[in-house]
Amino acid sequence: MTVIDKIAPEGSKAGERTSPRPTFRHKLSRWDVKVSPYLYIAPFFIVFGIVGLFPLLYTAYVSLFKWEAGDDNPVFIGFDNFKELFADSQFWNALTNTISIFLLSSIPQLIIAMLLAALLGSRLRGATGWRVGILLPYAASLVSIGIIFANLFGPKYGLINDVLQLIGLDPVDWQASRFGSHVAIAIMVNWRWTGYNALIVLAAMQAIPKELHEAALIDGAGMWRRFTAVTLPLLKPTLIFVTITSTIGGLQIFTEPKLFDAMPGSNNGGSSNQFQTVTLYLYQSAFENYNLGYASAIAWVLFVIIVIIALVNFLLTGRLARTPAVKKK
Amino acid sequence: MTTIHSGLRKSVATLGKPRKATYWVLAIFVLGSLFPFYWSFLVASRDNGMLTEPVPPILPGGNFFANASRVFDTVPFWKALANSVIVSGTVTLTTVLFSSLAGFAFAKLRFRGKNGLFVFIVVTLAVPTQLGIIPLFIAMSKLGWAGGLQSVIVPNLVTAFGVFWMRQYTVDALPYELIEAARVDGCSMIRIFWNVCLPAVRPAAAILAMFTFMMSWNDFLWPLVVLDAGNPTVQVALEKLQSGYYVDYSLVLAGTTLATIPILIVFLLLGRQIVAGIMQGAVKG
Repeated sequence: MTVIDKIAPEGSKAGERTSPRPTFRHKLSRWDVKVSPYLYIAPFFIVFGIVGLFPLLYTAYVSLFKWEAGDDNPVFIGFDNFKELFADSQFWNALTNTISIFLLSSIPQLIIAMLLAALLGSRLRGATGWRVGILLPYAASLVSIGIIFANLFGPKYGLINDVLQLIGLDPVDWQASRFGSHVAIAIMVNWRWTGYNALIVLAAMQAIPKELHEAALIDGAGMWRRFTAVTLPLLKPTLIFVTITSTIGGLQIFTEPKLFDAMPGSNNGGSSNQFQTVTLYLYQSAFENYNLGYASAIAWVLFVIIVIIALVNFLLTGRLARTPAVKKK
Repeated sequence: MTTIHSGLRKSVATLGKPRKATYWVLAIFVLGSLFPFYWSFLVASRDNGMLTEPVPPILPGGNFFANASRVFDTVPFWKALANSVIVSGTVTLTTVLFSSLAGFAFAKLRFRGKNGLFVFIVVTLAVPTQLGIIPLFIAMSKLGWAGGLQSVIVPNLVTAFGVFWMRQYTVDALPYELIEAARVDGCSMIRIFWNVCLPAVRPAAAILAMFTFMMSWNDFLWPLVVLDAGNPTVQVALEKLQSGYYVDYSLVLAGTTLATIPILIVFLLLGRQIVAGIMQGAVKG
């Protein structure tokens, strides 16, 4: 580093040295300042263009064709894929399953996450240890979880059914029954994500000033009242954030139902598609039936559904626009 | 009156003090978190006969290494492990580097269109890239990349989340004075990034690295689509292990144990930072 120029002449802006004539180094430096920012942000835009924007548009294009995998001469068929899709009972079944599994997972998950956050927020001994313990499932891969839970929920020798019988209940055929399979898959999802969401809620809870709680306590508010009148309203933005992220994730659920099948490797989502989700159906259409056009139509409908839900959330809150990230400096 | 007052003062003082039941409930949740891992190790360390016993054993048996070695015979597990390390390692390096660079630009540099471009990045966070697998698959096939590791690496070189995360941290962590001082010293922009910015944002970069590594290691759908059974990542190999006509659970769960142990160790070593990272991200995002 050159030490000579350490003191910039008075009145000059940093970095713009007021030399009598622009030297080559000076020009180079100005060019550096101008161009560098674009170079630094370029990788994201290039990668997003290739794997985000282009696929989205190209999926729309492919969805207008009868396009078999490996086929070099796809046939343009307009909106026929979409017409077929809207008349396809398997698609509606998959959509119902997806929403059912999503509701069964996200509602209990949010409630338990808040309870856990409240517990973790008290002045615990070994607080970090408890937090790490709760978060442990987050480290597991979905594939491992899928395989392990498929085993635990096995109809014949599964541990869950063993326990049910031990306490005098009837065993459930988790994979064959529609509701049972949804519950089992929802438990898988919850097992992985509840601790994670609890930490996010906990962070928001800790940002609530302690004085508010003390004031409420002095006003004679009990624990429940303090929770509903102080904690809950201040948590609202965080709860909305958690809901949006789990909605987007939940609508794309794939790995859990794929690995839960009694016929491993199958993409049917059970013998009568009882737990086939939209993404699993998409995968089946594209990579088992090689019908890329039809699968693209599924992808686009799913994308539109996700956008609509995100938009509704956005309009309900108007919060995204006001996050500090977007705020002008 | 005084008794009420002292009672109130006492309850204010004990606000947030845990009861015994709190520890019990948390202990149950931690056990619940651990149990599936333990169960998978239990089955992996015995043989399939254990699953048919009316009361399953509580302690591991001695067959884990035998089952584990069968995993290596059934699928190319060494190769899968090596592939996962290469993919996750590369993706982590490039994501952290490119995200820090873009984060630096968005946080501290002046250029036209900055705000618009940043809003665009935030919006793309909501675009589910999962839905783009068909054209991406077509593109990879046309490029001749399908089956190769580059098909898994290239789409993940940098993420919107990473840019967003690094930008948020850089805003506070890097004072303008430092940049100006370096400029006065005649540093080029890239040198300022490397010698001034990067050291200042190291904690955030470390957290991003951990998240990226875990996410990449556990990624499944896209590798399943684009890689074949001969050249899998760990997750794809696991799925192949399970998808026979007859499921040999001791074998399959030995596989899941093998795949989980490394990431579990990493998690336990860095757990404190990961927890801090999630909570920090929650407040900032």
